[in-house]
Amino acid sequence: MQNKRQTVDVALGIRRRVFEHAIRNNGGYLSQACSAAEQLAWLYNEELNLGEPTLPMIPKPFEGVPSADNPDYHTGAGYNGPFEAQYDRLFIAPAHYALNAYATLIEVGRMAPEGLEMFNKDGSSVEMIGAEHSPGMEVHNGTLGIGLSTAAGLAWGRKQRGETGRTWVFMSDGEVQEGQTWEAVQACAHHGIDNVFAIMDVNDQQCDGTMSSVMEVGDIRAKFLAFGAACIEIDGHDLSAMRDAVKEPHAGKPLIILARTNPFHTMSILEERFPRLHYVRFKSEEERARMNISIAKDLGIDPIDYAH
Amino acid sequence: MVEMVTKPYAAAFEKHALANPDVLCLSADLTSSCEIDGFRDRHPERFLSMGMAEQNMMSFAGGLGLAGFRPFIHTFGVFMYRRPYDQLMASIAYPRRKVRLMAFLPGITTPGGMTHQSIEDISVMRSIPNMTILETGDATEVESICEAADSIDGPVYCRVLRGSVPRLFDSPIKVGQMRELASGDDVLVVTAGICTEEAMRANSVLSKTGVSVRHLHLHTIKPFDAKALLDHIASVKHGVITLENHVTEGGIGSLVAEAMADAGVGKRLVRLGLKDTYAHGGSRAYLMRYYGLDAIALVRGIEDLMGQKFNVSEQDLDVARVEAVHSLAKAEGL
Ligand SMILES: Cc1ncc(C[n+]2csc(CCOP(=O)(O)OP(=O)(O)O)c2C)c(N)n1
Ligand SMILES: [Mg+2]
Repeated sequence: MQNKRQTVDVALGIRRRVFEHAIRNNGGYLSQACSAAEQLAWLYNEELNLGEPTLPMIPKPFEGVPSADNPDYHTGAGYNGPFEAQYDRLFIAPAHYALNAYATLIEVGRMAPEGLEMFNKDGSSVEMIGAEHSPGMEVHNGTLGIGLSTAAGLAWGRKQRGETGRTWVFMSDGEVQEGQTWEAVQACAHHGIDNVFAIMDVNDQQCDGTMSSVMEVGDIRAKFLAFGAACIEIDGHDLSAMRDAVKEPHAGKPLIILARTNPFHTMSILEERFPRLHYVRFKSEEERARMNISIAKDLGIDPIDYAH
Repeated sequence: MVEMVTKPYAAAFEKHALANPDVLCLSADLTSSCEIDGFRDRHPERFLSMGMAEQNMMSFAGGLGLAGFRPFIHTFGVFMYRRPYDQLMASIAYPRRKVRLMAFLPGITTPGGMTHQSIEDISVMRSIPNMTILETGDATEVESICEAADSIDGPVYCRVLRGSVPRLFDSPIKVGQMRELASGDDVLVVTAGICTEEAMRANSVLSKTGVSVRHLHLHTIKPFDAKALLDHIASVKHGVITLENHVTEGGIGSLVAEAMADAGVGKRLVRLGLKDTYAHGGSRAYLMRYYGLDAIALVRGIEDLMGQKFNVSEQDLDVARVEAVHSLAKAEGL
């Protein structure tokens, strides 16, 4: 299922879908499309070894939470293909990136475009904060900082069972403020878990604004190295840098790729909202209309006709 | 139509903090979401940004308590106790620090799904020795929550409503008391938080069918005055029904059950709320319907309790307020 399209085109497609969604719904996690589109496009279109989806292209409605009375419960992991020894697994650790992850599934042909129309609709499985029953999700990660630990455990377990597939985590930089992230790296280093891989969207943004204004985290590459990970820092909009980074040898250590990104990359007008880009809700009809025209132009499409 | 008040917490907190120099404002990267962004901008010297690091924030607040400050911690309810439970216990609850835990988005008031919905917080807090629990059900209670919480000699967990909040009451929270909203003698309805508005809606329709409802609203959940509750139970014929934005284990349904069992009251009790289940993401109105936390669920519960049908349809009840995802009164989509 790989490389049907150029990864740059997939990234552009993600941005267009997230943009259209945000304009139609008067807001959304739009800046994350600016920062993370290359990372998600690269993972799904090139790097991950995934099988064919096992769940329907049009997502099923919400079918209940895990419970002894709900024997047919399943997660949304089937959009990433079957759990087989040779295949990779992916966790989207910051679950608010779900809108971007769903757009990626559509762009790589794993979910129908109708899936995005179900986003945050009552009774839908396509939740705003990706739930484990949401398309492409395998575990709940809306409480930030738990994804890498789960991935480390899964990776260790898979290695024990002789599985060759890797376990990948898409992370956000806000997660480095949580102590658990560092406990996870420490455990990976201690147990020599080198089949876990992470790419982190280092957009220097969190809910309240820039990371340095909220809680300074300093040189996170130096910290990851000190905690026992292999860590590479790249320009997160440079696909060839991503391709090179993953080749970094990391025997006995997890590999963490820090993708330094710009939270208004390809949507220059969003800079007006700096330093608070975490959730862009248009402040007025005037702003919505202006951003619609400007971003559509940046993305090479016609403005969205959102009145209809 | 009820009056809707926009962001009552923002002004109430600022006023209280300015009148009390030992009050500090702590936030864990949810500053706009907890309506304290204006306070941060106007009074940066009283504001501590703790980052997305809740465990550290709890013990740090304990330390501020040791230094004689009264920190008001602001985050979503879930992030107040799930991850940092151990810190909450050791650094705040055991030593009775005067830390005020301002817990936003209680229960299913957020579409954020399991990880954002504090559906078992009251149960957890009730079982913590030294903890006081307050819950707001309207704008007037939100406006008085800071003063009420800050009057407590020890830690306090407060379920706070945000955004656009209806005004149902005209008097502030008086810690330890309960509000008697209707004084009928068929059934006793006990509610708290957003379920009180639902019960008021149900009662207005039921009263026309001849059912006589007695309705109590709880803003103080712990400590709890069982004596007053028992007097109310004694004055109704059929029994008691509780409705809560919480699981039915450990919340106000359990509280009422314990009071009744302790006193040997032989009346029926129907407990409505989330029935031993997690919730999922969706609008508040949808989730209240789906999990049976709304006015119609209460009507059906009262029918069960009284063994009669009242011929009340969903249309008879005011349609539950449907909130737009993008209301100007909130910072994000949650
Ligand atoms: C444990 C926990 N605390 C707080 C939150 C609320 N929250 C959601 S996203 C976020 C910001 C985190 O920064 P980042 O993931 O880098 O977000 P960005 O703004 O870059 O999308 C916060 C504080 C959460 N989801 N989990
Ligand atoms: Mg970030």
